[in-house]
Parts: sequence; structure tokens; C-alpha cells
Amino acid sequence: MSTAPVLELRGIDKSFGPVQVLHDVAFSVYPGEVTALVGDNGAGKSTLVKCIGGIHPFDSGEYYFEGKQVHVSGPRDAASMGVEIVYQDLALCDNLDIVQNMFLGRERKRGLVLDEDTMEEMAAKTLLGLSVRTVKSLRQHVSSLSGGQRQTVAIAKAVLWNSKVVILDEPTAALGVAQTAQVLELVRRLADKGLAVVLISHNMNDVFAVSDRIAALYLGRMAAQVKTSDVTHSQIVELITAGRSGELGLQNGKEATA
Amino acid sequence: MTTTTAPEEKAVAPSAGLNQQVRDYVERVRGGELGALPAVIGLIVLCTVFAILSPVFLSPVNFANLFTQGAGVTVIAMGLVFVLLLGEIDLSAGFASGVCAAFLGVLLTNEGWPWYASVLAAMVVGVVIGLIIGWLVAKLGIPSFVVTLAAFLAFQGVVLILLDEGTNISIRDSVILAIANENMYPWLGWALVVVGVLAYAGLQLLNNRRRAGRGLVTDPLSLIAVRVGALAVASGFAVYVLNLERSRNPGVISLTGVPVVVPIILVLLLVWTFVLRRTRFGRHIYAVGGNAEAARRAGINVDRIKISAFVICSFMASVGGIIAASRANSVDPNTGGSNVLLFAVGAAVIGGTSLFGGKGRALDAILGGAVVAVVINGMGLMGYSSSVKYVVTGAVLLLAAGVDALSRKRASASGRR
Ligand SMILES: Nc1ncnc2c1ncn2[C@@H]1O[C@H](COP(=O)(O)OP(=O)(O)O)[C@@H](O)[C@H]1O
Ligand SMILES: [Mg+2]
Repeated sequence: MSTAPVLELRGIDKSFGPVQVLHDVAFSVYPGEVTALVGDNGAGKSTLVKCIGGIHPFDSGEYYFEGKQVHVSGPRDAASMGVEIVYQDLALCDNLDIVQNMFLGRERKRGLVLDEDTMEEMAAKTLLGLSVRTVKSLRQHVSSLSGGQRQTVAIAKAVLWNSKVVILDEPTAALGVAQTAQVLELVRRLADKGLAVVLISHNMNDVFAVSDRIAALYLGRMAAQVKTSDVTHSQIVELITAGRSGELGLQNGKEATA
Repeated sequence: MTTTTAPEEKAVAPSAGLNQQVRDYVERVRGGELGALPAVIGLIVLCTVFAILSPVFLSPVNFANLFTQGAGVTVIAMGLVFVLLLGEIDLSAGFASGVCAAFLGVLLTNEGWPWYASVLAAMVVGVVIGLIIGWLVAKLGIPSFVVTLAAFLAFQGVVLILLDEGTNISIRDSVILAIANENMYPWLGWALVVVGVLAYAGLQLLNNRRRAGRGLVTDPLSLIAVRVGALAVASGFAVYVLNLERSRNPGVISLTGVPVVVPIILVLLLVWTFVLRRTRFGRHIYAVGGNAEAARRAGINVDRIKISAFVICSFMASVGGIIAASRANSVDPNTGGSNVLLFAVGAAVIGGTSLFGGKGRALDAILGGAVVAVVINGMGLMGYSSSVKYVVTGAVLLLAAGVDALSRKRASASGRR
């Protein structure tokens, strides 16, 4: 392996009450790469992401960031390391404007007062850096934006903070063809800038179009993590639906290949 | 060969003039963001109707009455805005003001405490009430409707206990009495108008200049002129009328000036507007009201925000209770009771605060409070019985809630949600 993973999980278990959702999951994310996280509905992708983001504490397992073991006990911990998550259910406040949403929870202040000017400037610069030119005003409420624009704001919010890892949970699920293409382009650009990007998607074409690596979850277990160039569409589909594909995947409930 | 320098790229276009702003406003209103519009239109219609039906309505003495009558409810409504912003409700705010007023009365009159100590104690009682209610709602997760309904009942009992099963405590302290019964020197009223208008204009211009200096979108000067002009005309008119002689017998006693309670309410308005619009805490209140889960994921301590909102609400109820005690010159078991709470909720909602959370301003309480005061006052002048007043007030509250619900529906239909 040429580069070391920026974020690495080992042996993650997570239960909701009596239901164990994640079993002994290992997961690595590399800088400058798009890692696709795939799996059937209910496989535990969103749960894994929420564990990474500090929304859910996991029951056991180890969390490494830049080679050091860390304890993430809340959203602020993850954010302070530079891990940003764009959640499936977008986590934007409809009654706030674009700038307010992008800085939510991390507002800039000048003395006691919010520094609206600096925040607006930074938001404009970030959107420009992402080549986003579709919004009319940075001060319009998020509720008046289209699905693609909302997704863009959510992504811009994630990259505003010089983040190192950006995780996108099904960012294109609700989008049309053109908007999907835009978001995927954005995803690729983020990785090319050197960020580690995790993309959750059900669309194999999208996954093969932008990802460098694919991790497949099957019923809460990590079936395989492979380089995109080493596998075919149908192998990934088999991993998703059956947890294994020939040599790849879970053998008797254990991960065979790393 | 040819080098063309592209104009500096901006993520958004710099803003347009007044016309564009007006068009945007109309579009927002059509999209269901009504803002202050219903309250302002309602106020104009009501005042016109009452002015035609009852000649006394427009007299200076009645104009002054409107302010002192509406003050208590308006202050309670301003506190309720915070709770409503979170999509919660405080049904106990009325009787919380009664409890605080009772504490004030007991300490001031029975125990002989100085006015400032009694006022402070009443406010502390308000804060403690808010802490308890907020804790039960945020930490135990009991719906605010239930917690405050229970408090609504319990506080009636507490007032009775404090007042020895129903005796009336009269207030004789001149400072407390002055709040709702005395007026400012006429020149002071004018000074307030001048300072207020100049400060407002200065802040807007300074803000514009700072933003222009950083290349950010600015408001057109014409829009600022309209805003400042509107404030100058409205406040100038109010002070002019309040400074007219309203004594029946000016030779014996002169009665002029802005009621003392008006600047008190203005200070509260300024403070809470500042908190809501300019501080991180205020921003988080809106965020929790708009999407509590998003706020939580942004690292905002949602429970703390909730508790704070209930504390502010009960604190404002205590101020409302002090004003009510001053106006009635006494505290009785019904202080803060009967329909004070409904009027206060009505005032906030009529002013434009949404019952669904996430939308509202401190100013809403004043606009809505004015509408409620005009309805009660006008109907009183026309000699309607309480039965009719109850029915009409209920109808107005329902109308405001209906407008709120419909504008929300409209907003979601037009993609604004
Ligand atoms: N907060 C929760 N409480 C209980 N069960 C949950 C919770 N979140 C997710 N689950 C369960 O965990 C499993 C995995 O869900 P999820 O991570 O959302 O899957 P995916 O994102 O891969 O579709 C599902 O069976 C789901 O019902
Ligand atoms: Mg999911």
C-alpha cells in the first residue's frame, strides 16, 4: 500500500438494544481517494457512518485517525479532527439561510456578536472553490433550494472546515440525472484535492465512475474492501447480495481477504 | 496575444435596487412567508373600524390606555416567542406571572422589602420556574404541553397559598406603581424618538458601509431610507399623541407623556432582538426549532437550548406579572389568570410567530400584543359583555393559527417549506 489510511476502524460492533447491526467491522479510508461504501438496504452503512461521526457510540472496536487511536464521543470530536459527514437525511435547517447552515454550530464571532460578514465571505469562497454558481443569494433560506442545491450546500458545509475526510451518505439518491452528474463531479474534485472521500451509493455506474476503492457491507459485516480496478460490476453485486463472490467476501461468516 | 481579464467571479450576483427588493418581498409573501403583514393589516383594519364605531377610541387618553393595557400580555408574549420558536408551548406562563406577582406583593407589602429586592426576588422565582419546567421537558422528555398544563393548575394553587387563600394584597410602593401608572416628561419622549431614529439609521448605514468595504451584498440606500422613515413617522406620531393633554381637568392635574412602561418594553425588545439575531445562542434557538436533529449533529447542546428558552419565557412572565401588579395596584388570585395566557399566545402567533417552531421574532409579540390590546379595548368601549369578548378573542386566536398553518402549507407547496 503506497499511502497509509487517514481513518481506520477495526473490529467495530454496534447494537441497537437486542439487535446487533454491525459485527466486527473493519474499514479504511485513504487520502486522495474516493472509497465507495456499498451494501443492501439495512446493511448498516448509515449506522457505520454515524459511528464514525460520533452520533452513535459503538459498543467495541478501535478508531484510528492519522495512525493514532482516538475516542470520538460526539459530533464535535469528529469535526475537530477534520471528519465531516453529509448525512442521508440532510441535516440542514430549512428556516436558516445558506451561510447560517454552513456555519451551524461553529459560528464565527467578533466579541459577543456573530461575524456575519466573515462567514458570508468564507461561504462564498467555498462555493466558488467548488465551482458552484447556481444559487441566487447566499442569504436565501435553504427551504427555497432545489434538491441538488441543498445537497451542494450540505457538501460545501462539509468542506468549509479544511476537512480531511468527507463522508457522503447516498448524496445522489434523490437527484435527477444532471444533478447527480454535478454532485459526482464534485465528489471527484474533492478527492483530487487530496481529501479522503467516502461515497455511499446504490448506483453501480456511479460507484465505478468515481471510486478508487469499494467496501461492501453485508448484513452488518464487511464482506470485502477492494480496489475498484480489480473487480467487475457483477462481483460487487454478488458481494452486496450474497456477501461473497468466488474468492472474495465472507467465507463461513469471516472475512477472507483484506 | 490578447489578454482578457475576466471580471472577478462571485458565487452570487451583487444585489439589486429597491425594485428588486420589493419584487423579492412580494414573491416571499406569495410563497407563504407572511411575516408581519397579517398583524399590520389587522391593526389598520381594526383601528379604522373602531375609530368609526366609537369616537372615544382615537382620543389621546384611550391611546395611552392601549399601551398600559397591552403591556403585561405583550411582555409575556415576548417570552413565549422563545418557547414557540422551539415548537414547544408554555401554558403556565400566565399563572407563572401570577406566582411572581404574588411573591412581589407578599415581600413588598407584607414583609416590607424594598422594591428592588422584591423585584429581584420575583424575577428569581420566574427563572427557577423556567429551570424546573425546562428540565422536565428537556431531560425527562415529558411533552411541554403536559408539563406546563400541570404547572398551570399547580400555580393557581400556589398563588392562593401565597395570598392566604385569596386575600388581595395592595401595592403601595411608588416605584412599582409608577411602572404602569406614571408617564415620562414630554421632552424625554421626543428625545427618545430622536435618539432611536438616529441610532437606527446610523447602525444601518455603518453596517452597509462595512459590507460594501468587503465586497458583500448591501441593502439599497432607498430601502434604508424607507425603513428609517417608517420608524420616524410611527414613533413620532405615537409620542406626539401621547404628549397631548389627556386630563379631563388640566387645570387641576396635568396628564401627558409616554407611559413609563413603554421604554421598559422597548428595552426588552432591543435586548431579545439582539440575542436572537446577533448571538450564537439566538442562532441555535432557530436551529433547534427548525431541525433539532440537525442542530444536535452540528454539536449544539439541544437540551441546554430548550431549558434556556423556558427560563427566558418564565423570566419574562415574571416581568409581565410585575407590570400587571403595578397596573392593578394590587395582586389577587386572578393576577395572570383568566385569559392572560391565551392573549399572550395569541399575541405571539398573530404577530407572526409560528406554532410549528423555527419562525418568530421578539417584535412579533409587540405587533400581536397591539392587535390583542386593540380588540379588547375597542370592544370594551363599544360596551360588549365579556361573553362576546371571549368569543371574539377566541376567534382571533384561531384565525391567527389558521393563517400560520395555511402559510406553512403554502410554503411547502411552493418548495419553501
Ligand atoms: N436508531 C436506530 N435504532 C434502532 N435500529 C436502528 C437505528 N438505526 C438503524 N437501525 C437498524 O440498523 C440496521 C441498519 O440500518 P442502516 O445503517 O440505516 O442501513 P443502511 O444505511 O445500510 O441502509 C437496520 O436494520 C435498521 O433498522
Ligand atoms: Mg442508509
